[in-house]
Amino acid sequence: MTDNLIDALEQGPDPAAREADHAHVTELTVQLGDRASAEGDVDVVHRLVDSPLGPLLVAATDRGLVRVAFDEVEGHESVLESLVRSYGPRVLPARSRLDIVHRQLDAYFVGDRHHFDVPLDLRRTSGFRATVLDHLREIPYGTTETYATVATASGSPKAVRAVGTACATNPLPVVVPCHRVVRSDGGLGGYLGGVEAKRALLDLEGA
Amino acid sequence: MEHPFEQTVRDHGDVVLRVCRAVVGPADADDAWSETFLAALKAWPTLPDDTNVRAWLVTVAHRKAVDVTRTRARRAVPVDELPDRPGRPDEQPHTALPDDALWSALARLPPKQRACVAYHHVAGLPHADVAAVVGGTAAAARRAAADGIAALRATYPTEGG
Repeated sequence: MTDNLIDALEQGPDPAAREADHAHVTELTVQLGDRASAEGDVDVVHRLVDSPLGPLLVAATDRGLVRVAFDEVEGHESVLESLVRSYGPRVLPARSRLDIVHRQLDAYFVGDRHHFDVPLDLRRTSGFRATVLDHLREIPYGTTETYATVATASGSPKAVRAVGTACATNPLPVVVPCHRVVRSDGGLGGYLGGVEAKRALLDLEGA
Repeated sequence: MEHPFEQTVRDHGDVVLRVCRAVVGPADADDAWSETFLAALKAWPTLPDDTNVRAWLVTVAHRKAVDVTRTRARRAVPVDELPDRPGRPDEQPHTALPDDALWSALARLPPKQRACVAYHHVAGLPHADVAAVVGGTAAAARRAAADGIAALRATYPTEGG
């Protein structure tokens, strides 16, 4: 004879109900992230944003947007782990706290928006890489520059490889447009989200 | 505590929700859950790494359950006639859960028995940990849980199905 009182207490009624409860907890967790973020009790909030390049993971601290990641390329869990390592253990999903960047990305991907207007948290990028990222934000929509041009504009004409590294480690792809940097020989160069994603972004911008 | 908080919510969130349903009832359980994890989030940076997180969360949930129960008592003003109650706009109608019968049976238990049953059987804490949450000795917590289960058996179908 089974004891369904103890079973009901310990495990709940059935697998379907447990699954429904789990989905409910997932939703409560998002609401918690929004609320805790408004009260300054989280280190980072994150959410997924659909894009033609696949899902993008966007993450923000109380200072601003801190990470944009190609979720399927970089791996959801490994991006979250790196956020914990860099910014602290209190990382939670949220929704409304990331609405503005979500709407701007949506508008960008249909061609209605040409630049992003959200605060950025780039405190973990310093030195030459920070200089490069600052310059990238000046490259106009729909245009490209070569790695060499960016190196010169960043004050180190010989640091072409370092520009490549700065682009490859850009924590905010799409928003900080490292996709607008291409090779002098006409090649696209590498891209964190894959060369096809880079091509798609430049096509979108008509570059 | 350096452990990722989101992992903790994934590991314990479902159980804490069931514990909240057991101690405050399904209608107030979401609020109690949110208050519990918000308080946990605030305390997280100063929490020692070797904390028994499950027992600690139950302690927080217990305090929040006491708060929720007090708030409910203050809200419940007796009136002569039942008012038409349109409900606040932010109030989700509570849809029946598959185990509503269980939660209503628990609601009829005295608070201490209900807490001891919830923390031992739903949260899976040993009686000593339950005692640390509700006060008193481990033996008293074991007694209260056993009495609670006996009372539940009178109202909840226990024959094997």
